[in-house]
Amino acid sequence: MTSPERHPDATGADAPASGERSGRTPSGPPPAAVPSDLLRPRARSEQVVRLVLFVCALVSIVTTVGIVVVLVRESAGFFAEVSLAEFFGDSQWTPLFDQKHFGIWPLLAGTLLTTLIAVLVALPFGLLAAIYLAEFAPERLRRVLKPALEVLAGIPTVVYGYFALTYVTPALQLVVPGLAGFNALGPGIVMGIMILPIIASLSEDAIYAVPASLREASYALGAGRLRTVFRVVVPSAFSGIGASVILGVSRAIGETMIVAIAAGQQPRLTFDPRVPIETMTAYIVQISLGDTPTGTVEYRTIFAVGLCLFLMTLVLNIAAYRLRKRMLKGGLT
Amino acid sequence: MDTVLAAPTPTPRPSGGLPSPTTTAGERAAALAAADAVARPTEKMSAHDLHAWFGKAEALKGITLPLLERRVTAIIGPSGCGKSTFVRCLNRMHEVVPGARVAGRVLLDGQDVYASQVNPVRVRRRVGMVFQKPNPFPTMSIRENTLAGLRLGGEKAPDPAGLAEKALRQAALWDEVKDILGRSGSGLSGGQQQRLCIARALALEPEVLLMDEPCSALDPIATARIEELIHGLRERYTIVIVTHNMQQAARVADYTAFFHLGELVEYDRTDVLFTRPSRQRTEDYITGRFG
Amino acid sequence: MSAPSSRTHDLAIRRAELAPQRVFQAIGLVALVLPLLLLAFLFGSSLVDAWPRLDWDFLTAFPSRKPALAGILPALVGTTCLMGLTAAIAIPVGLGAALYLEEYARPSRLTMLIELNISTLAGVPSIIYGLLGLEVFARVLGMGRSLLTGACTLALLLLPMVIMASREALRTVPQSLREASYALGADKWRTLRGVVLPMCLPGVLTGVILSLARAIGETAPLITIGALTYVAFLPDSVHSEFTALPIQIFNWVSRPQAGFHVNAAAGIVVLVGLMLLLNGFAIWLRARLQRRVYW
Repeated sequence: MTSPERHPDATGADAPASGERSGRTPSGPPPAAVPSDLLRPRARSEQVVRLVLFVCALVSIVTTVGIVVVLVRESAGFFAEVSLAEFFGDSQWTPLFDQKHFGIWPLLAGTLLTTLIAVLVALPFGLLAAIYLAEFAPERLRRVLKPALEVLAGIPTVVYGYFALTYVTPALQLVVPGLAGFNALGPGIVMGIMILPIIASLSEDAIYAVPASLREASYALGAGRLRTVFRVVVPSAFSGIGASVILGVSRAIGETMIVAIAAGQQPRLTFDPRVPIETMTAYIVQISLGDTPTGTVEYRTIFAVGLCLFLMTLVLNIAAYRLRKRMLKGGLT
Repeated sequence: MDTVLAAPTPTPRPSGGLPSPTTTAGERAAALAAADAVARPTEKMSAHDLHAWFGKAEALKGITLPLLERRVTAIIGPSGCGKSTFVRCLNRMHEVVPGARVAGRVLLDGQDVYASQVNPVRVRRRVGMVFQKPNPFPTMSIRENTLAGLRLGGEKAPDPAGLAEKALRQAALWDEVKDILGRSGSGLSGGQQQRLCIARALALEPEVLLMDEPCSALDPIATARIEELIHGLRERYTIVIVTHNMQQAARVADYTAFFHLGELVEYDRTDVLFTRPSRQRTEDYITGRFG
Repeated sequence: MSAPSSRTHDLAIRRAELAPQRVFQAIGLVALVLPLLLLAFLFGSSLVDAWPRLDWDFLTAFPSRKPALAGILPALVGTTCLMGLTAAIAIPVGLGAALYLEEYARPSRLTMLIELNISTLAGVPSIIYGLLGLEVFARVLGMGRSLLTGACTLALLLLPMVIMASREALRTVPQSLREASYALGADKWRTLRGVVLPMCLPGVLTGVILSLARAIGETAPLITIGALTYVAFLPDSVHSEFTALPIQIFNWVSRPQAGFHVNAAAGIVVLVGLMLLLNGFAIWLRARLQRRVYW
């Protein structure tokens, strides 16, 4: 192989090793012909390996493109028959009835309601837990509780759904009058417990990462421990805490099984947590389980709903990514 | 010293040969002066107007330096002077670091190792290297470590056991490890690990051996053993040793090059450089006025 | 506050000043432990409910119309096959992507895009992956409701986690060992195969097992791609239709009869048991890895 161009050789020769050479004329004796034992190998195996690995890395891009293409294409079919005005203007969602309505608001309301309840549960508990773990917990307790939280985050959501339906809702019915068997409150609370580890764990990382010098500066000014934590440490970790909350919200919006099992299948535009509702995700499950023929507008609704879901979580995830980047760079606000 | 030299030797030394490793540094220097005055050894490697960069920072500013065959050349200088960068350029290891660049020529037997058709992997088979910190492969046994070069190069040795023994003997490690060849190399002491790394390089039968501060992580006793080893290896290999320790350079090297701020300040026979340096900067350094 | 009257006592610790901190510590501890206790209680309740059904017959019986006779054999086999296939797809692709990003890629816009993309993919709801699998694997590629469709979908879902864990593991291999290998005249691929991969493999495996522990409970994407909820046969090939443990649980939970809810509880005990087993295995592997002496 004696082609004149430089071959990117994975051993590091793809650094422009001899890039400067053309412009210079170094002194010294003229070089001899390259002896065979120094020549580049014939095999292009290195290039092949590089290519295969590159393709592996591309799979993630292809996945994203695939998601977007699938959702957009099927949604386009849907919006060819249902106008955007109806989608965002109608207040009813009844694609399976004779009298069809395709207003997204009831599903959106269901999703937002359960998410709101989840955040109301997870935010105070998660933040308090994070501050306690990072600032006050003895090291030994911390070492036990953090992995316990991680396992908590890994419990299958179908299990949480079962808890919501068979234990939490009946227990709530004893205190909340008029609470239906399917409702937003029970699954919302259980969802809060589900996202609590995300908020607690990521916030704890952020608080733990606040440099000791800041704490010491505060102590040196005569501030007490509690004051230091709330006036100096927590505000400094704000980016990381914010990112953790956003990620928690994103998880709650996309959460499927808890609400599919325990919240009901009745899309309705309400913020009453006691009555059955339906979230966007639960609706996709409902259609997937049914026998709606493919290619019909009813079937395509799940892709339109999926697209909304995808866009909502995407915006939140990118916001969280930005915030975390800022935290890692050491920005304090 | 002269009397020792003048004394009749029972066996004639091989042509172009050097005194046996048991002689002292002083005797050796004198003998070398005599031998190299008659016939200057060939340049096994040489650098010509060699420049090297890390990103925008220029680490080497045009080095031209011969490396004589079967001689030990020491590179000395204060830290940051480019001495490590220089040896890493010799076997094209410099370019492994992201953002690193090289310009100029490095000849190995008259062949420019930076020529466009040259495979850096091939260069490194002929120009072996030992690093500052002993770095045996933790997932391999002592025997596998010794033969790692062949295995990683995808070759099969005809007699792996024999080759491993030979390399370990050359590195003066055989007697200490011959019964534990199957154990991990990580269990050895620092000095033993470094000799294992030397054995690993020697198993490939290189022509040049680059040693980048091989003793800086070792205690004095382990250092002495490595230096002894270098005395033995000079018979067969062209050795380049980077050291921040001037006494070490004086002990092991035939020739010494003094680097400062990326430039070659002075290059001469070791005894000359340390006793009669021709540059002020060299004298300041070896007398400890800076660095 | 009962402030001391004399200035000489100014430096002494005052109970009243420490009290708020004590109170806060108590609140924090409660906030942390209360959810854990609640979950423990819920698990305990499930275990009590499930107890009468937790026997060998439950593990080895096929589903049935009668709750007392129904078992989880097809679901258990389906879940096992699904996890095996998923790992077989996700490990090579994930490790390959990690190798590319850590060892080959130079900083470029494409590399940055891939990295941003991976971290965004990690946050996409799993049900969206289900829609992707339904459209691409089940319909366009004609793989139907097969095990392979399920495994491909779950593998894509796990990919971000596997890539991140593998990159983490690759970063723990010291640069000096790579250089040592290069200096011996090994090319890049041989260095990776001979030196880097053997060292980071336990770390990669830990990451993969942890992500499998997550995947074992994934229900939504499998429902979306159309995995069956009632299966009276065992899968015989990767093209076979299947059910999985979480789907079986979901199916039982959705029925009104109390008997099926007991079955669901028993299924949950098995599922959570499997998940904890995988987690425990990964933790054990990680501990072993940390004990290993490198130098």
